[in-house]
Amino acid sequence: MQFALLIFESPEAFAARNADENDPYLGAWRAYYKALVEADVYVGGNSLQPPETGTTVQLKDGKRRVQDGPFADTKEQLGGFTILELPSLDEALEWAARCPAASIGAVEVRPVSPEFRRRVTG
Amino acid sequence: MSGIEQEAAHRTIERVARESYGRLVAYLSSHTRDVGSAEDALSNALVAALETWPRDGLPQNPEAWLLTTARRSFIDVLRHQQVAEASEPTLVLLRDESKDVTLSPQFPDERLKLLFVCAHPAIDPAMHTPLMLQTVLGLDAARIAHAFLISPTTMGQRLVRAKTKIRDGGIRFEIPQERELPQRLDAVLEAIYAAFGIGWDDMAGVDQRGRDLAEEAIWLARVLLQLIPREAEVHGLLALMLHCEARRAARRGPDGRYVPLSEQDCQKWSAPLMEEAERHLDEASSRGRSGRFQLEAAIQSVHAERAQSGGIQWNAIMVFYEQLIRISPTLGTRTGYAAAVAEAKGAEAGLATLNGIAPDDISAYQPYWAVRAHLLQRLGKTPEALDAFDRAIGLAEDPAVRQFLLQRRG
Repeated sequence: MQFALLIFESPEAFAARNADENDPYLGAWRAYYKALVEADVYVGGNSLQPPETGTTVQLKDGKRRVQDGPFADTKEQLGGFTILELPSLDEALEWAARCPAASIGAVEVRPVSPEFRRRVTG
Repeated sequence: MSGIEQEAAHRTIERVARESYGRLVAYLSSHTRDVGSAEDALSNALVAALETWPRDGLPQNPEAWLLTTARRSFIDVLRHQQVAEASEPTLVLLRDESKDVTLSPQFPDERLKLLFVCAHPAIDPAMHTPLMLQTVLGLDAARIAHAFLISPTTMGQRLVRAKTKIRDGGIRFEIPQERELPQRLDAVLEAIYAAFGIGWDDMAGVDQRGRDLAEEAIWLARVLLQLIPREAEVHGLLALMLHCEARRAARRGPDGRYVPLSEQDCQKWSAPLMEEAERHLDEASSRGRSGRFQLEAAIQSVHAERAQSGGIQWNAIMVFYEQLIRISPTLGTRTGYAAAVAEAKGAEAGLATLNGIAPDDISAYQPYWAVRAHLLQRLGKTPEALDAFDRAIGLAEDPAVRQFLLQRRG
């Protein structure tokens, strides 16, 4: 089954994205990606621009509300996601623990919901 | 009662709870096989102690007080569950015993039976260690869950399910018979060692999650040794864990940097722990029956000799690994063997040994890639080494190990 690893990163981790090629955080991510692919569990994923680039839209009582920045006001912010194909949550948690963001932010593991997707896409 | 006295009462409760938890649970559940209810009864008694002791002063015999109170609560718990008629004689027995408030603390120690129940072949092997940690040491499900990287809710559910199986599955509280004993004891030892954390420091993978359970595992092994002092492998397991524990202070640099075993400052190793380990290893070999844990302890003993001789007898380590592979050809053993071959006979020979391990087994096994990267680097095979380093870094969980490998990778 498929699991999404939702990567929550600290402001420092977002800042490290602009560091040079020898940055350890970047190196750790490259190695992690390679390990996922070689273990044949990687399905897909992407990373997001920093939270301040976000714009949030809501409709309340028929009125539009547009807000600069991310929806949730927390220190750690969603920085990207990875989809993995694994037998069970146990393995997904193992991979989450190895994620470079786990030691400086947080990684939330969520099962992907193909049932709801099917109901939407028909 | 003053604040200081209250604090003393709390400390006593903590100490008695820690030392007596397993004995009380084992004793209460040995008649009924109902470990869950025994635990509930004991936690009720501990809550009662927290209320009563600071107010009325400490009882003369805290353990007996807990047992008497827990026993009363146990009867209520069982009654509440409207247990089957079959256990009515047990209730009568417990009730009769509970009238005796002057009860001596010399109630039978049933912890060995409880340990064998926790590691019973009918129980999912993955649950052996969590069951022991909870029922014998009284660790809460959340702490066990963190260590095993499972959600606290899931761990709680799995523990409840395992205890239901013990109660309803006809698993007997007994010491296995002679012919079964080695195999059954092995499962108990495996479970204790699993708590200690696998893959600690002879390779790059120091198990972050296992570390805070190391002391609990040593405690469990000491309890087991008290109960069954004649088995060589129990001494072997304790020797193994003590040798590893002796190096705790040397495993990290002052800045939190990871230090591999061969580069550790042996002045920082604990001499008393190493001496104790050696005593247990001697005791084990005097019994004339070799085994997996004795061999693993012997390997650590060779490493420990560096504190005296300044060198490492890699040939000896290699021979111990050869014997170990015959008994227990795990990935860890085979990877450790390859590392020893590389030191004894050269990197080329070590790499050839590594190549003998099936590719399917190693796709997510970090220590394999760490050793492989190291050997390829030594042989000057740079592109392959970089690739192996990436695999080892990507599979590492401990940030200090990741950092160490990133630096070695260059």
